[in-house]
Amino acid sequence: MNTLNKEIAGWGRYPVQRCELVRPERHADLLSEAPSLLARGQGRSYGDAALNENRRVVLTERVNRFLAFDRDQGVIRAEAGVTLAELLTLTVPRGWFPLVTPGTKHVSLGGCVAADVHGKNHHHDGAFSRSVRELELITADGRRLCCSARENGEAFRATVGGMGLTGIIGEVELQLQPIESVYIRARHQGAANLEQVFALLQDTDNDARYSVAWLDLMSRGAGLGRGVVMNGDHAARDELSGGRRLTPLRLAPAKVRNIPFDMPGWLLNGLSIRAFNAQYFRREGGRSGSFLVDYDTFFYPLDTLDNWNRLYGKRGFVQYQCVVPTATALEAMQQLLQRLADSVHPAFLGVLKRMGAAGEGYLSFPMEGYTLAMDLPMKGVATLALLDAFDAIVLQHGGRVYLAKDARLAADSFRAMYPQLEAWRRVRRELDPQGVFGSSLSRRLGMGEEE
Amino acid sequence: MSGAVLILGATSAIARGTAAALARRGHRLYLAGRDVESLRRDAADLAIRYGVQVNFGLFSADAHDTHAAFLQRVSEEMGELEGVVLAFGYLGSQQKAAGDFEETLTIINRNFVDAVSILNLCADHLEQRGRGFIAGIASVAGDRGRQSNYTYGAAKGALALYLQGLRNRLFPAGVRVLTVKPGFVDTAMTFGMPGLFLVATPAYVGERIVAAVERGRDVIYVPWFWRWIMLIITSIPERLFKRLKL
Repeated sequence: MNTLNKEIAGWGRYPVQRCELVRPERHADLLSEAPSLLARGQGRSYGDAALNENRRVVLTERVNRFLAFDRDQGVIRAEAGVTLAELLTLTVPRGWFPLVTPGTKHVSLGGCVAADVHGKNHHHDGAFSRSVRELELITADGRRLCCSARENGEAFRATVGGMGLTGIIGEVELQLQPIESVYIRARHQGAANLEQVFALLQDTDNDARYSVAWLDLMSRGAGLGRGVVMNGDHAARDELSGGRRLTPLRLAPAKVRNIPFDMPGWLLNGLSIRAFNAQYFRREGGRSGSFLVDYDTFFYPLDTLDNWNRLYGKRGFVQYQCVVPTATALEAMQQLLQRLADSVHPAFLGVLKRMGAAGEGYLSFPMEGYTLAMDLPMKGVATLALLDAFDAIVLQHGGRVYLAKDARLAADSFRAMYPQLEAWRRVRRELDPQGVFGSSLSRRLGMGEEE
Repeated sequence: MSGAVLILGATSAIARGTAAALARRGHRLYLAGRDVESLRRDAADLAIRYGVQVNFGLFSADAHDTHAAFLQRVSEEMGELEGVVLAFGYLGSQQKAAGDFEETLTIINRNFVDAVSILNLCADHLEQRGRGFIAGIASVAGDRGRQSNYTYGAAKGALALYLQGLRNRLFPAGVRVLTVKPGFVDTAMTFGMPGLFLVATPAYVGERIVAAVERGRDVIYVPWFWRWIMLIITSIPERLFKRLKL
């Protein structure tokens, strides 16, 4: 198979590393002979989870065939290179929607499994693995293991959230949820500070299937952690009117704009972000009552801006996402935001979500509590030092950092954050005794004991 | 137009792009090739995405005596054919071919002899029917012999001549013959090759091929500007050309 040596990066564009790329066209060619292998789908993890420096990376984008779709039961099976965007195009007109979707649809099913991604409904529906009926794992010795919660359960629990380190995910079978329309009935509420945001997210009277808070990370003092809580539920057909009611499952493709090249690094600075946030807070927080939006707008607002990561310029950005158990979540988030405020480091997008009970994956990120994600332009040492300080706060509160976003966590912090690491290692040892599957992330964090 | 189309060498990337473009227009498909497991996957994918009937089966290009029975089986399963897409081929290695006649023979057979064997039969089938099309994938490499791939180029060039003759023969019967000359296409064959520029996706190439069939075109280059690139390359005087490292 032809190889291509190329510098690649994750979505945050930090770090950039040279990898040996192969791109199989067929499922049968996913596994190839190499000392070290890592599958990569759409490269939408942020840091080095989908990098394997100076080693082989298997691009799965061409291994993207649908294999079965039961239109009555909402069960779909596909090769793991299929993206959520492709899946939505197929299933939405027939009234089926993924049970769990992350904030972009340009992700592969294999990536969703490997990172055990979550959405705005984690507090109701759990992580992506909850919707996986079955997956096929191709192990280093060429076996094709059929894994589910019941069959090969250990391999299943090590693979969901296992960051691609147990083998190559070849096929995924998903249970979808029925929908009556492409619309979401949404409600926005402004909140003057972090306490109010928490109060709204906790409020069970206010409870919606999907719930997320946008935070103004540049707001200080009494307004620390101010934001807009956004709730939504799938709209039933009889909530629609006019033409929408006649064709409730039809949606014109969203208009996509492109950021054609790197923006200058200074574009997203404290001043420009502050101005944007103030305007966004007034506009979105001020919307009263409920309104209908299509699912693209509600779930994937940034997908209408192709290559939006170029907004951060050549140095890229890091996303810091952590989760902290409910008991001290508010306190922890206040400390994080205060630490950010003290640092005068600019930070763009801030997102806070409630999470439900942890799932089955040994290394899955979600746990019962609250999760905060912040995008920070990469400013070198200053950024890295700030994030180390964040880690200390998160650890102190018994929380953890999301590996799919990570580019810089220390190995000992990782071990402290993931108490089921030993159980995962035991299964991985059985599946991949030679340690063929590896990534820049796995070596940095010493995930396999040999590393 | 939405009759059944036979795709020979259906697991290649260009074939997959062409199959998708045909299925999107409602054509029923028969996918033929060596790798039946891959064909099964491709067939499922096309049927699910586009809601058309897609059959598949083993086709051994080099087993010429099986071709008649193969075509018989296809027409039993699909009924009369509307069209045939010939997409199998073999790039091989010119370097290897220079010292290994087996390699040379494989390149010539796969790209020309095997193609002629099955296309002769398909031509008869369509001629009797009195309409339909044949689309054959040749190559820009067939437009001028170059040291880096002249065996492949010779075989593809021969295929282009054969298709030209077939077009002439089948014209009165109302059967169209399209010769496709792809430039650089982003496939397993070209992945990682240095010095590629303006590479087209297989999906784009497939769409252009089907659009050309619909318009009754004779010869197309995809992407289109390869016509001009090849015009320049073929117009270089041989005295000069033979000195170039191409």
